Amino acid sequence: MRILVVEDDKDVASFVVKGLREAGHVVEQTPNGRDGLFMAASESFDAIVLDRMLPGGVDGLRLLETLRAQDNHTPVLFLSAMAQVDDRVRGLKAGGDDYMTKPFAFAELLARVEALTRRGKTDTPTTRLVTADLEMDLLSRTVKRAGQKIDLQPREFRLLEFLMRHAGQVVTRTMLLEGVWDYHFDPQTNVIDVHVSRLRQKVDKPFPIALIHTVRNAGYMLRVEEA
Amino acid sequence: MPDAAGGETAADAAAGDAVADAAGGGAAGKPAGIDRPGRLARWRRWNRAAPSPVAEEEVPAPNFLRSAAVRFGVIYAALFGISAIALAAFLWWSTAGLLERQTDAAILTDSLGLTERFAEGGPKALVETINDRVLGNVDDDALYLLVDSASQRVAGNLESWPLRMAMDEDWDELRIERAGVASLARIHYFELPGGFRLLIGRDVELRSQLRVMMADAMFWAAVIALILGTIGAWAVRGLFRSTIADVSATAMAVSAGDFTRRVRIAGHEDEFDLLAETINDMLDRISSLMDGVRQVSNAIAHDLRTPITRARTRLEDAAIHATTEAELRAAVDRAMLDLDGVVSVFQALLRIAEIEAGARRSAFAPFDLAPLLTDLAELYDAAAEERGVRFQTSIPATLPSFGDRDMVQQAVANLLDNALKFSPADTTVQLTASLTPGGIAIVVADQGPGIPPEDRNRAAERFFRGESARSTPGSGLGLALVQAVAHLHGGSLNLDDGAPGLHAVLTLAGRIKPEAPRSITIASK
Repeated sequence: MRILVVEDDKDVASFVVKGLREAGHVVEQTPNGRDGLFMAASESFDAIVLDRMLPGGVDGLRLLETLRAQDNHTPVLFLSAMAQVDDRVRGLKAGGDDYMTKPFAFAELLARVEALTRRGKTDTPTTRLVTADLEMDLLSRTVKRAGQKIDLQPREFRLLEFLMRHAGQVVTRTMLLEGVWDYHFDPQTNVIDVHVSRLRQKVDKPFPIALIHTVRNAGYMLRVEEA
Repeated sequence: MPDAAGGETAADAAAGDAVADAAGGGAAGKPAGIDRPGRLARWRRWNRAAPSPVAEEEVPAPNFLRSAAVRFGVIYAALFGISAIALAAFLWWSTAGLLERQTDAAILTDSLGLTERFAEGGPKALVETINDRVLGNVDDDALYLLVDSASQRVAGNLESWPLRMAMDEDWDELRIERAGVASLARIHYFELPGGFRLLIGRDVELRSQLRVMMADAMFWAAVIALILGTIGAWAVRGLFRSTIADVSATAMAVSAGDFTRRVRIAGHEDEFDLLAETINDMLDRISSLMDGVRQVSNAIAHDLRTPITRARTRLEDAAIHATTEAELRAAVDRAMLDLDGVVSVFQALLRIAEIEAGARRSAFAPFDLAPLLTDLAELYDAAAEERGVRFQTSIPATLPSFGDRDMVQQAVANLLDNALKFSPADTTVQLTASLTPGGIAIVVADQGPGIPPEDRNRAAERFFRGESARSTPGSGLGLALVQAVAHLHGGSLNLDDGAPGLHAVLTLAGRIKPEAPRSITIASK
């Protein structure tokens, strides 16, 4: 994937660029809002990682608004030190697809950027999700594994749906909390882990191969082959 | 790293704003501070009680009229003078003026009578009547003179027609000489058929003397009024200054940093006492907020220094002593965890400051609390089960409320986090919500160790951690955030003894009316 990183802090930028390249992406980077806007508008990217406060007269919000006004819908993830609720709301309203605050864990950033690019591709509504022998029918709200029906609570269904939509990608606890529960805070207790382990009991336990994997220091991943 | 620095500065500034806002609506902004030395000097100039050696040189010659005290004094003097003049005018009108009008009326009556006599009986009857009247005039103040066409005296007690008398006016006031004595007379004359001219007058010498006397009296009264007015104005000015002197002295002391000073209350229970009380209340509030800020900064210094120290120690230790890459990695990982803890404390602090600043009120909207609580219960139910804790809920079908959905969510989540954190296995955690007359009460009850009574009041302070909580992970900010959310929603957080355990009651005012249309427009944007 081609990713544009607009970030003026040299350390943060090189850290992000290095990490994204290691993850197998093609990365362009610019420290300045004006150049960032020029690159974003003239070239084609799969995702943009955008800082809010940028030198060069064009800040992140302006950049994004200009881009969206030109009918450019490249997914944008804000990466900013502006952490207030209103800042976040403003960022998302301006057309941002996700908002992360500094300081951040790279695993979280990577997971979110990859989730963004996936989101961009699935424009047509799907009615069936399939990963290996696990099938989910979104219309009848049923789940089968190896032809065997699995009974899930509504919330467990949504949790599994989220994991399946992001199959092969790391999904962090925060992403699950936001995507499945729509909560924007960090619970002090390990509530997400408990829910995932409940889901495992139903989806993985009765079968020889586990599909839901724990990714150390990051989150979870639904994938076919063993790690 | 310019951006990270810039970012942090912005965050700091935001936090600073939030604190300043919390500390009295951000009244102590920068613009007000710019004019401070000049203002202080002016205060010192007006307030002799606290003369400043510096101010006298710095400040240009005082503009006398810029003092409100002088202005009040002048206004007082002007009012006093106007009332004195009005009083004198009335006195004049009711004495000298009345006499004058009476004289004119008497002369008119006389002339009417004499004209009638002349019409009835001709010159002869008129002469008789005049003579009668001259004789009958006991006060000897009536003047009569009848002359014929040759200006020869026919009757009357005046020797001759006054020379200085203007012949083109009916009325006149002039000096005459009667029996060698000069005196002032008020005279009315008219012509009669047959070339006769009749002059009727009154000697007004006494009246004119009275008028002179009164004018004198008025003049001296005016002088006295001026003196009294000036003295009064001076007194008013002094009174005014002495009344506000204490306020200004206190304000100056406070602005110089002495927060223990208060305005003296005279005990008259008047407007100035009211003002003094209001100012004192304001100072109390400011100093309690400052204490809060000080306490929080101390706590921050301590609570953040500890994990930062730990992280630094680990890194340094690893840098010096680590021999294998695995050791190094382990140390770096643990230091990162420590720093994540620092970040989460920062975020919680900023969130609380944001809530306390009240800025989130713009996002208030009506919402149903019942499904929100049900969802949270569902989220925590699994966690409770894993810990062997029973989780019971009692939530009505609907709980219409008004506020910030996310904030309430986080507050209840914090209470549930706490309850689960401190619940031993095989106990019960209860989440109950009910409509009360005052709004909505959300109760989270556990059967853990609870909070000792002496700590309960402080439990919701930032960074406060009870003895029993020291061994568990946490920042000591959870309840502080719950309380901030409660206050934002016009409610409160009460921590009661659940015997055993803690009984946390979060009340929310069911419906806070949006204070101003402004908040509605922002919310609907």
